[in-house]
Amino acid sequence: MKVMQAAAEESFEFLGKSEAVENQEIITLEDVNIHYGSFHAVKNASLPIYEKQVTAFIGPSGCGKSTVLRSINRMNDMIRGATIDGKVLFHGHDLYAKDVDPVLIRRSIGMVFQKPNPFPKSIYENITWGAKINGFKGDYNELVETSLQKAALWDEVKDKLKENALRLSGGQQQRLCIARTLAVQPEVILMDEPASALDPIATGRIEELILELKKYYTIVIVTHNMGQASRVSDNTAFFMVDEGRTGYLEEYAPTEQLFLNPTHKKTEEYISGKFG
Amino acid sequence: MQTQSMFGTKAEGLLLMQQRSRVSMFWKMIFIFATAIAILFLLLLLVSVIDSIFGYTVIRNEVDVPELVSGASSLDDLSRSQLEETARDNLSSGILRRVEYEKPIAEQSDRELRALIEQYIIKPSVLRSWGLWDSITKQDEIGAYMANQEDSYLIFKSWITPDFLTNDQSANPLNAGIRTALLGSLWIIAITFLLAFPIGVGSAIYLEEYADDTKLNRMLQLNIFNLSAVPSIIYGLLGLAVFVRAMEGVTSGAIFSAVADTTANGRTILSGGLTLGLLVLPIIIINTQEALKGVPDTLRMSSYGVGATKWQTIWSHVLPVSFDRILTGTILALSRALGETAPLVVIGASTFISVDPSSIFSKFTTLPIQIYQWSARPQGSYRNIAAAAIIVLLVLLLVLNSGAIYLRDILSKKKRMAA
Repeated sequence: MKVMQAAAEESFEFLGKSEAVENQEIITLEDVNIHYGSFHAVKNASLPIYEKQVTAFIGPSGCGKSTVLRSINRMNDMIRGATIDGKVLFHGHDLYAKDVDPVLIRRSIGMVFQKPNPFPKSIYENITWGAKINGFKGDYNELVETSLQKAALWDEVKDKLKENALRLSGGQQQRLCIARTLAVQPEVILMDEPASALDPIATGRIEELILELKKYYTIVIVTHNMGQASRVSDNTAFFMVDEGRTGYLEEYAPTEQLFLNPTHKKTEEYISGKFG
Repeated sequence: MQTQSMFGTKAEGLLLMQQRSRVSMFWKMIFIFATAIAILFLLLLLVSVIDSIFGYTVIRNEVDVPELVSGASSLDDLSRSQLEETARDNLSSGILRRVEYEKPIAEQSDRELRALIEQYIIKPSVLRSWGLWDSITKQDEIGAYMANQEDSYLIFKSWITPDFLTNDQSANPLNAGIRTALLGSLWIIAITFLLAFPIGVGSAIYLEEYADDTKLNRMLQLNIFNLSAVPSIIYGLLGLAVFVRAMEGVTSGAIFSAVADTTANGRTILSGGLTLGLLVLPIIIINTQEALKGVPDTLRMSSYGVGATKWQTIWSHVLPVSFDRILTGTILALSRALGETAPLVVIGASTFISVDPSSIFSKFTTLPIQIYQWSARPQGSYRNIAAAAIIVLLVLLLVLNSGAIYLRDILSKKKRMAA
């Protein structure tokens, strides 16, 4: 637990963080198997996630990429009947160890969802609520401004912070959700197809934002859009699904290598659009 | 070409279209007919009730006012001293003693004195009454009837009056009112709410937000559904056994040394309220669960995503979003409790009390009980006041239900305005 707390304390100083060491593993998945009841959803997934890089999860529908993503901040706990074997290490500490509180994990490993889901409250409260429940003691106005600025939303909403967040457009809502996640100062941000419900222009802005955020945060993104994966990610994990509909990791490599020189035949077929 | 042959010729298609729209129209008519019949029955109910509460009524006084005080035509003409004098001179000695013992005549208000004189001296009684419809259509018959009558007079009476709301119960339907029943109903509903709302909402939150999908919990859920369909009289029997008998010490107030003057052992407001609370508990649980189910999971997820605990998620996001529906569900459940009769009869509601309930340990009667009692009596005039009480009960239910709709509209408009 000490590791977790140290990590949490560290993440509060996110702006003044020292430069990351190249290819430092922040999260490691070791032989992760996930079941939904008796259904084996994902088998033997092992992969590293490097600090301050963008890791993309791609693969056909039903390959378990979102399931693996949710296992990283224990969001799967919320799904009835979901069980997990294997290890998910965060700073070398197993997130599924008995003494780990999932609530604390989710503060350090934030999440942005497929469909923009701001709280039905004001824009201001959307940012401050997460900080408030986590015991934030600083200046809330400043927190709102910096969070919205980092999510490239400040200029659009600074005059209507008291307005309900649901009045924003889909793309703005999604950036607000990112800002809301940033406000609790996480180290890692998980994004589950964050642009799939948005139009191309809003998608472009989210992608720009991801490239900007990666200076300060580790990002893991699930996407159906291979162009998006190649544009924003440093590493890509390609998941496949076997005959029993169980997902598994087919190939993991630096993005450029995976897209230009895939070593597995299935990867090549998938990225060239032969199926999926 | 192939698709054309698969669907037949154009003429055939047209014919089929006509046939299909005929069938469609036929079903529409069936549904309109069903709705019309339903409305018709509701109107019939309302008409028959209203027919009973207005109409010509023939009244005979045992003693007329001019016989008591010469020169006066009604009690309103009498001065204070005349009222007191009339009461002292004409009341039988037994009644006079009792009245003086309960509240001396000198201390009674003019209004109370008039009621006293009317009840014990003038003693009006209804000889005959006609419904509203008959009063309009059978005026000849009424006239012929009156021609043969002496010592009586005809008035067009509305049985529902301000006095009807504020008077005690009385053996004379002309003086009877529903104050005690109305107060009893309100007391009981308050207890019902205090029991069923917190427990109902609490268990709904547990079942919907916390409980795992285990066999035990599924069985619990099934039983809650079953309980909501159990006939209310069974709850009455339960209340009789548990609250009235087994817990008599508590429900009579004995262990709190708070037994009411007119003790009814365990047959108190508390027992009645607890019984009705049990009755509506499953309904409130189910309504609240439905309201919680209406909250999208993405909202919960987004809350967990910023590191919220389960309780923070429920308190800050789930409850504010579902509160309007929880409240409406509760009010509708309470309006069911307001109309319940059978369980209260079983646990022993009083049939005749003229003392207002003063605490949760008092005896009680409620509006539906009162209506039931009155409508069971043979004399015609009781049916008139039963109808009047029905109107009061209906208005009360209407106020509760439209209050629920109004609240829901305001709260959801607030949500929309914010959105």
